[in-house]
Amino acid sequence: MVDSIKVYPAKPSKVYFYGTCLVDMFYPDAGMAGIQLLEREGIEVIFPQNQTCCGQPAYTSGYHDEARAVAKAQLGLFPEDWPIVVPSGSCGGMMRKHYPALFKDTSDEMKAAEIAGRVWELTDFLLHVCHIKLDDLGEPTTVAMHTSCSARREMGVAEVGPKLLGQLKNVNLVEQVRAEECCGFGGTFAIRHPEISGAMVSEKVDAIVDTGAKDFVTTDCGCLMNIDGYAEKNRKSLSGQHILSFLWERTNGTKGEPS
Amino acid sequence: MSETAQQSPHHIDVKEFHPRAQAAIHNPKIRQNFRKAMDGLMTKRKSAFEGWDLETLRDLGANIRLRALANLPDLLEQLEQKLTENGIKVHWAVDSDDACQIVRDICVARDAKSVIKGKSMVSEEMELNHYLEEQGITALESDLGEYIVQLAGETPSHIIMPAIHKNTGEISELMHEKTGTDLSHDVEYLTTAARLQLREKFMNADVGVSGVNFAVAETGTLCLVENEGNGRMTTTVPPCHIAVTGIEKVVPNLEDVTALMALLTRSATGQHITTYFNMISGPRKPDEMDGPEEVHLVLVDNGRSSIYQDNELLDTLRCIRCGACMNHCPVYTRVGGHTYGTTYPGPIGKILMPHLIGLDEGRHLPTASSLCGACGEVCPVKIPIPDLLVRLRQESVDGDKLHPAKVNGHGAKRGAMEAMVWKGWSWMHARPGAYRFGTNMAARFRKLQPGKIGGWTQFRTAPKLASKTLHERMKERGQ
Repeated sequence: MVDSIKVYPAKPSKVYFYGTCLVDMFYPDAGMAGIQLLEREGIEVIFPQNQTCCGQPAYTSGYHDEARAVAKAQLGLFPEDWPIVVPSGSCGGMMRKHYPALFKDTSDEMKAAEIAGRVWELTDFLLHVCHIKLDDLGEPTTVAMHTSCSARREMGVAEVGPKLLGQLKNVNLVEQVRAEECCGFGGTFAIRHPEISGAMVSEKVDAIVDTGAKDFVTTDCGCLMNIDGYAEKNRKSLSGQHILSFLWERTNGTKGEPS
Repeated sequence: MSETAQQSPHHIDVKEFHPRAQAAIHNPKIRQNFRKAMDGLMTKRKSAFEGWDLETLRDLGANIRLRALANLPDLLEQLEQKLTENGIKVHWAVDSDDACQIVRDICVARDAKSVIKGKSMVSEEMELNHYLEEQGITALESDLGEYIVQLAGETPSHIIMPAIHKNTGEISELMHEKTGTDLSHDVEYLTTAARLQLREKFMNADVGVSGVNFAVAETGTLCLVENEGNGRMTTTVPPCHIAVTGIEKVVPNLEDVTALMALLTRSATGQHITTYFNMISGPRKPDEMDGPEEVHLVLVDNGRSSIYQDNELLDTLRCIRCGACMNHCPVYTRVGGHTYGTTYPGPIGKILMPHLIGLDEGRHLPTASSLCGACGEVCPVKIPIPDLLVRLRQESVDGDKLHPAKVNGHGAKRGAMEAMVWKGWSWMHARPGAYRFGTNMAARFRKLQPGKIGGWTQFRTAPKLASKTLHERMKERGQ
């Protein structure tokens, strides 16, 4: 679970960026936003082209040999001792919390543990390592936030999103009832147990809509895909964004694709 | 199969989780009853811990349980010795059948025809009422919730609040139909009516059966936590008291009980303390006014010692049965306790039941979780429930080479098709070139993406592939 004490590194000159497969294929804007926020803080971002997926889908489904093969392919991507930043609490949690267990009693055990110790959820890194200061250039707006369960409980960053959004002077952040409850994504859970997952996401969407906010932001693309997809299918006037895209747009004064 | 099933758990097929879940999801009454009850319990727990250093207390609780489990064989021997010195007869039961027979033999030796029961989840695990009835011995539940559930011919839907799936109106109708009380929404009236009905049974019961919350090895003391006084009556009024417990409930010292009690009551019902706390240390002494003539303890294994052999699964045995994991579980809240079809429902049930019934039967249980971690977050003794769910998922499809499989029925959920899909997935994601080629092609031909994706698009639109992957974007930037 959450580290009782987190020791943040000093602000580095370079970081490795681990994009995650969902960001890569479905939300590359969120990845670019994260990269540009880091660059604006004066940090050089290294994106290893050989990265694929952290292995979590197979890991949580119980296929550990398959997960290990994929995770092993990631272990060689970060040779220097720079921090590894991940725009997802879920994939970050997999690398930080579960790699050591996955490689226990193998020849990669030390390597996995070493890498795990360098993994940071990106919003946490921006706030507590970069000490980012956000200057809001956007119009007044109201948003709700959904913190993913792994960001909240595995990476311990539940307070980070609201703190970052709190720096934006024209953004009114509203909290939905049962904010800490799961949206029902859970990876393959959404497909294995569609009825239960559907019931969870419908209540989550209702809770957010009830705040009056038309927009929400989230730390994880899985939750985004789930909540947004439900809202769209059921014609709710609610649309979501990865928190990094939102932060970039508000502070860069541009909407749309980052360069 | 629904919440109103009139069946013994003998007939509930654990594997039928899916249809039961579906039925519960579409039952507004069940949804409402559970949502309301769990919201209340979550709020109460939160306020009960206000002003406490909860993390330190949880660490203490976890350490007490870990220390007890580390010395379990020795503590059990010490417990047996102390209880025997105190005049309590100790029995060891390998499984449920064994435990039931021990209870029956004690009843037969006393020519007992009626048993009054306090709340005990181990007795539910044993299906003791059902067994005793077959032997011609009546067993009446005296805990109010258990009494209601028994009247309805159901099993408990929660380990602390057995009748939480029913609202006042439903309980009133049930009592009216079965016992002739007036239809009323007055909780006071219904409680008093049940109390009067039970009082008479207490006076005439031949044997009292109870559970145990903590068994203290140092002193040979059986601790019983309760609110209604029925536990106290069960253990003092009938001439014979039989306590049943899982072998893991032992703790070394009386001091250990204080921390665990503080965690148990607050985590369970948000109470700072319960109305009654019984400490039973032996049968009535010659100069004492009340208490049973004989006291027995049945120590039930029923699969626990096999969990004990495994360093990870062992953590399951830390559980102090507070039910907080159920109260905070978004899945349990949606489907209710009966959907699981198991003695212990919710998160703890998902990690405990596969040991008791095997993965052949319980293979669906570990997957019925979004791994949100709420259960692990509230567990007062820090059982890493999400990690154990993943471990059991692994056992159910693999029985991985790194972990020699420990649970009966391992591999029961492995399907050829699913295994092949993961093999293919693994092959592609372990090869960066193949991955980039595949994702680039997917982006290029994203208009061909299927509009329907199994269970996903039943409730949501399909996710939309981006026109260029992040890999491509970064490559264009020179990386």
